[in-house]
Amino acid sequence: MTVLDHRPTASVPGWLPGATGPRTDPAPLLPDPSPVRLLGTPDLEKADPALLLDLYRRLVVGRRYNQQATTLTKQGRLAVYPASTGQEACQVAVGAVLQPQDWLFPSYRDTLAVVSRGVDPLEALTLLRGNAHTGYDPVATRTAPLCTPLATQAPHAVGLAHAARLRGEPVVALAMLGDGGTSEGDFHEALNFAAVLNAPVVFLVQNNGYAISVPLTQQSAAPSLAHKAVGYGMPGRLVDGNDAPAVHAVLAEAVERARSGGGPTLVEALTYRLEAHTNADDATRYREDAEVAAWREHDPILLLERQLRSSGLLDDAVATAAVEQGEELAARMRAEFHAEPELDPTSLFRHVYAEPTQQLQEQAAQLAAELAAEAAR
Amino acid sequence: MSTLTPAGTRTSTMAQALNAALRDSLREDPAVHLLGEDVGALGGVFRITDGLTAEFGADRCLDTPLAEAGILGTAIGMAMYGLRPVVEMQFDAFAYPAMEQLVSHVAKMRNRTAGRMPLPITIRIPYGGGIGGVEHHSDSSEAYYAGTPGLHVVTPATVQDAYGLLRASIASDDPVVFLEPKRLYWSKGELDPAAAVSAAAEPIGKAVLRRTGRSAVLITYGPSLPVCLEAAEAAAAEGWDLAVLDLRTLVPFDDRTVCEVVRSLGRAVVVHESTGFGGVGAEIAARVTERCFHHLAAPVLRVTGFDIPYPPPMLEHHHLPGVDRILDAVARLQWEG
Repeated sequence: MTVLDHRPTASVPGWLPGATGPRTDPAPLLPDPSPVRLLGTPDLEKADPALLLDLYRRLVVGRRYNQQATTLTKQGRLAVYPASTGQEACQVAVGAVLQPQDWLFPSYRDTLAVVSRGVDPLEALTLLRGNAHTGYDPVATRTAPLCTPLATQAPHAVGLAHAARLRGEPVVALAMLGDGGTSEGDFHEALNFAAVLNAPVVFLVQNNGYAISVPLTQQSAAPSLAHKAVGYGMPGRLVDGNDAPAVHAVLAEAVERARSGGGPTLVEALTYRLEAHTNADDATRYREDAEVAAWREHDPILLLERQLRSSGLLDDAVATAAVEQGEELAARMRAEFHAEPELDPTSLFRHVYAEPTQQLQEQAAQLAAELAAEAAR
Repeated sequence: MSTLTPAGTRTSTMAQALNAALRDSLREDPAVHLLGEDVGALGGVFRITDGLTAEFGADRCLDTPLAEAGILGTAIGMAMYGLRPVVEMQFDAFAYPAMEQLVSHVAKMRNRTAGRMPLPITIRIPYGGGIGGVEHHSDSSEAYYAGTPGLHVVTPATVQDAYGLLRASIASDDPVVFLEPKRLYWSKGELDPAAAVSAAAEPIGKAVLRRTGRSAVLITYGPSLPVCLEAAEAAAAEGWDLAVLDLRTLVPFDDRTVCEVVRSLGRAVVVHESTGFGGVGAEIAARVTERCFHHLAAPVLRVTGFDIPYPPPMLEHHHLPGVDRILDAVARLQWEG
């Protein structure tokens, strides 16, 4: 039994003059216009307390990770760090929702999601430190390299999910994107391929309002980014991206749908980048202080902590333990990144091809001779 | 040699040889998957995938939506999961939307991941002119690919090579841009599949002398090989005994064979359809000059397409290197010295 031969769309039934109306009903695909929220709603009572505490711990540790990486960048220890400060609910929900066999396809702002997924926090930063490209094993961790060219990782998620489905393995691929990325052609092609192939993929768009400096109004005239899903024939879901339990619930539903053969989902999470785009950016040139202040009041940690304390789930001991875990991680980062990395210039030629070409062997010998001459000086 | 590869020699077109290579690869390796536009029921616009969906099913030979970046991006994901995708781009100039996936990911993934995530993808691209195609159907885009580290660039010029090099490309753990000279699709020759896959019969990265000679060598590849062989025949009447070297692989480049031939003859002309400025021929002329300078009796000359957008089909014969233009170049190899 093959996967694709039995699709009902192998031909276009009834493609005759006079056919009218949409081929499928778009109504079930439309996102609810108000973003899904759980915090402060009765629905939260159905949530697993252990999950809520796990999300809280991940948020606190994740914020500390973002802060420490930002500090290390200001100290010149990392080349660049696109912080997800303020977006941690999306980042950690991804880590919590994926099963070990699933795959994550992150963008450059998703280092924390990669760490939350289980990748070593220091290995996740080699790219941004600048001593190597991808520091972790993407196959062993089922985590694709952090992707810089926007949305180009989205079709990879589709292909991987498709391959897993061909092999009959219950693997889901989750691709992370930003609002700017939805303007890229690869975003469109990935969603179209995913829907046509019925691939088990979840596309998570963290809409933080700005693509570096360009606001969403200049990025898209769609009713919402989640509405774009309808054009591809997949459901779109809109969620409060700073409500960690809500992001987790919406993603969990989409992941389950994908795993059970229901196909892809586009999730738009409304969130905010509290820091500038990177250390090289000046966000005061394009954002008002009042806007940033309003989002600080809607901080994902603040929202969850307030709720957990009022419901009695969180006490000082648990909160302190989370802070201590964050401090341990930060100390580990400082210890690692204040030391000079070991660099091996001859490694430049090692992984260009399976076997180095004659030309690369000659160039490696040239560099080795230059290094030897330098050492002899 | 595989037990599944048919034994014996038969007369075949290049298109049939490519089809046979795909079929035999699909049979022998369950990881091989084909995808592209119109590769299913139609068998591709050049019929290179003829009958493959019928034989192997849509799971193995997939008609995709019409989007080249999406096709190659999807193939990347499939390769990440352990499959061995073979992608068909419908025409040379239609492959450009996939350029970002090719340059930023296909070419770099092994390097970006310290060897942990190789991408064994073969990207088949019909290329070159001479078939009367209207604009955007006749580009020679090899220099773009050859200038991108991490890719192998392979182009067959004979029926036997079409089979052998495609099998080797699909079996390669490195990504291969496999450029099919579309005006040779209907050329005929002897095909011996078993010989082609037998050990090192058709290795990637090995140039081969198609004609020996004592006067000078024409260095060429792909669609220009038959033109060069014809020119060598014509040159014999004028007293020049020309060798013809078929590169077969642009990357990795076979410096050793090229330099051996040039050193022994002292005169060389590089011939290709693609534009000359910044083209593969410029690289070859520079490499040969750097390595063989004291053996050269004349500068290495190039006979290439003009530095113009590909012309309308009724004018293309003025653009493409022909026998006369090649002979003119041979005449300029400073024989009087």
